Amino acid sequence: MQQTGSQILFTALKEEKVDTLFGYPGGCVMDIYDELFRQDIRHILVRHEQGAIHAADGYARASGRVGVCLVTSGPGATNTVTGIANAYMDSIPVVVLTGQVPTAMIGNDAFQEVDITGITRTCTKHNFLVRQIGDLHGTIREAFQIARSGRPGPVLVDLPKDVIQSVMETDRPATALPPEEAPCPDLEGLCSEALKLLVKAKKPLIIVGGGVILGKASEEVRTFARKFQIPVVSTLMGLGAFPASDPLWTGMLGMHGAYYANMAVSQCDVLMAVGVRFDDRATSKVDAFAPHAKIIHIDIDPVSIDKIIRTDISIVSHCVSALKTLLRLSDVQELRRPEGHLHAWRNRIHQWKAEMPLSYCRNRNIKPQYVVEKLHQLTQGRAIIATEVGQNQMWAAQFYRFNEPNTFLTSGGLGAMGFGLPAAIGAQVACPDRTVVDVAGDGSIQMNIQELGTIAHYGLPVKIVILNNLYLGMIRQWQELFYGRRYSQSDVIQVLDFVKLAEAYGIKGLRATKPNQVKRVLQEGLETPGPVVMDFHVEPEENVFPMVKPGTPLSEMAFGNVRTAVA
Amino acid sequence: MPTQLKERAIAVIVNNRPDVLARIAGTFSARGFNIESISANITRNPAVTKIIITTLTTQDTIAKVIKQLNRLVDVLEAKRLRRPQAVRREMIIARLPRTKERQAAIQELIGNRGGKVVNEESNAVILEFTGDKEELEEVLTRLEALGMEDFARTGIIALERGKS
Repeated sequence: MQQTGSQILFTALKEEKVDTLFGYPGGCVMDIYDELFRQDIRHILVRHEQGAIHAADGYARASGRVGVCLVTSGPGATNTVTGIANAYMDSIPVVVLTGQVPTAMIGNDAFQEVDITGITRTCTKHNFLVRQIGDLHGTIREAFQIARSGRPGPVLVDLPKDVIQSVMETDRPATALPPEEAPCPDLEGLCSEALKLLVKAKKPLIIVGGGVILGKASEEVRTFARKFQIPVVSTLMGLGAFPASDPLWTGMLGMHGAYYANMAVSQCDVLMAVGVRFDDRATSKVDAFAPHAKIIHIDIDPVSIDKIIRTDISIVSHCVSALKTLLRLSDVQELRRPEGHLHAWRNRIHQWKAEMPLSYCRNRNIKPQYVVEKLHQLTQGRAIIATEVGQNQMWAAQFYRFNEPNTFLTSGGLGAMGFGLPAAIGAQVACPDRTVVDVAGDGSIQMNIQELGTIAHYGLPVKIVILNNLYLGMIRQWQELFYGRRYSQSDVIQVLDFVKLAEAYGIKGLRATKPNQVKRVLQEGLETPGPVVMDFHVEPEENVFPMVKPGTPLSEMAFGNVRTAVA
Repeated sequence: MPTQLKERAIAVIVNNRPDVLARIAGTFSARGFNIESISANITRNPAVTKIIITTLTTQDTIAKVIKQLNRLVDVLEAKRLRRPQAVRREMIIARLPRTKERQAAIQELIGNRGGKVVNEESNAVILEFTGDKEELEEVLTRLEALGMEDFARTGIIALERGKS
């Protein structure tokens, strides 16, 4: 039968089981939108293309599926670049469909033309410009395959208008897809060696990262850790991979990690890192990282191995295969850790936890940490939490104890403010029956504030918690600690009435200005059906602690007005 | 020493697609690596291109570069072309003014260095020379002394020796 490019596109999307597009129309995609009118795929109309890409990203993080966004050429495409770079840094599978000027006009500086494949070449896993209709179906299928396979990532497909408008005969069978990656050679041998180290270890530690969540390996990690009674710490991106309610949970490590987590890393003798890329926020001073430990590194991407930290045993593998092999071999060899080894290390960690838990001082103002704690309590720790970037992000990571994967959506690698609100939209669309909360600062919530329109349009019951301190908080903290309290451009003097703003969008707005109002406002916000904006006026100059100054070892943390500890 | 800067050659075998060269070059520039020379051409399979790149870098860095390249979707294989296992060659073509005085010197240079005349006009001649980097540097010095007007130089190409 004869099909237009638009029809072929939707056929391919259906074959990929895509149920939602996040997008915004424009000149070069009018034919696609015309065809959409006849199709029954859900389309969420955002208010800025950056909202579309972050929403597709949030959808992917919450569901484990590939997120899809559709934007037009020129400014539509360039508006997605931040979101694409964000997905690239955190390895999130999204397919970005961009309109393009007709092929004959490419390179002539046409109206709304940009070389988006050139611009995104280094921040996509791969990208395509479809030059003829015969390539369209195969390219779309290949784009999805690339996005979700191996180490996932964003794939952009640029669709010239004439290709979309042209017609071809399509009785051909579905295209064969490139084969899946080859498994790790000598997986058994490497896992055997790793087991030898772990069984002998007196102070073993597991670090989980974003790779465990992307690889859907939480269950295997739990089984393995519990079998050998090995404590577990997590990077920011790994939160939720291992339950915070488990006795083996030892917190988040890194620049704003817990004292006991950073101490455990600094003192351990065997470190098994699963799905971790040893980013500088997690490791701090590289040559002081885990100085006493033999390191086992399991990652699907060979680029991550020995990139920053020298490893003793490196296993390039999907983490589920590696963990399953480790479990199987340990059963076959009947391996157990000696009883004597278990207790001393466990007690040491308990001691550190008692010495310096994550804490804050209460006073007459609302403490932002208190808001997050109450939020955790009132949602039983089961909400999906999206964050913005900065202090709000760190307090959410520290105080909302995550138990499940795919529930903490945060811009880790890129640190893009404005991510949280549209990501929460994507998550709510993916998981309509879950409570979805965006934890934001008063600065970052304004970066994509227009997406309140999207929330109102679709009645998405997203709850927005604004930790409002009238500062660009993390910047102000650094200026206080390292720049002699010179608050250059970090104090936001203009007071924005978030309640009125919410109501202008037809969304309920609530405000708390005193600690005894926090629980009531949260309760009302969470229990009211539909979207709610909650404005919490928090302590203006509260700092995130612990803090490891860049370039110093993880064991040298600052604690604010409590004490400075050196291991 | 892993931190010693040396000129290192790699072969990158890729799908012959329009933007592949841009992608390879982009990997180098995005990561702060510099391309000293590059040569690309199709293999006997027109869908596959072989690219030889030389870059001034350390042993650790070249290992990272190769991993980065192998990760690209259109790269089929990226590998080191180590001395002395790989033979390196380059080619230059150079235009000299054609005069009676230079005649003998040109003939001598061609004879000594295995060059040849590839073009003759009434007032100028184009010579071709192949060799390794040091040999060609020497030839260029001599050509300059002979009043060379202009020249073009290929990138380094390299190939692993056979097994003995």
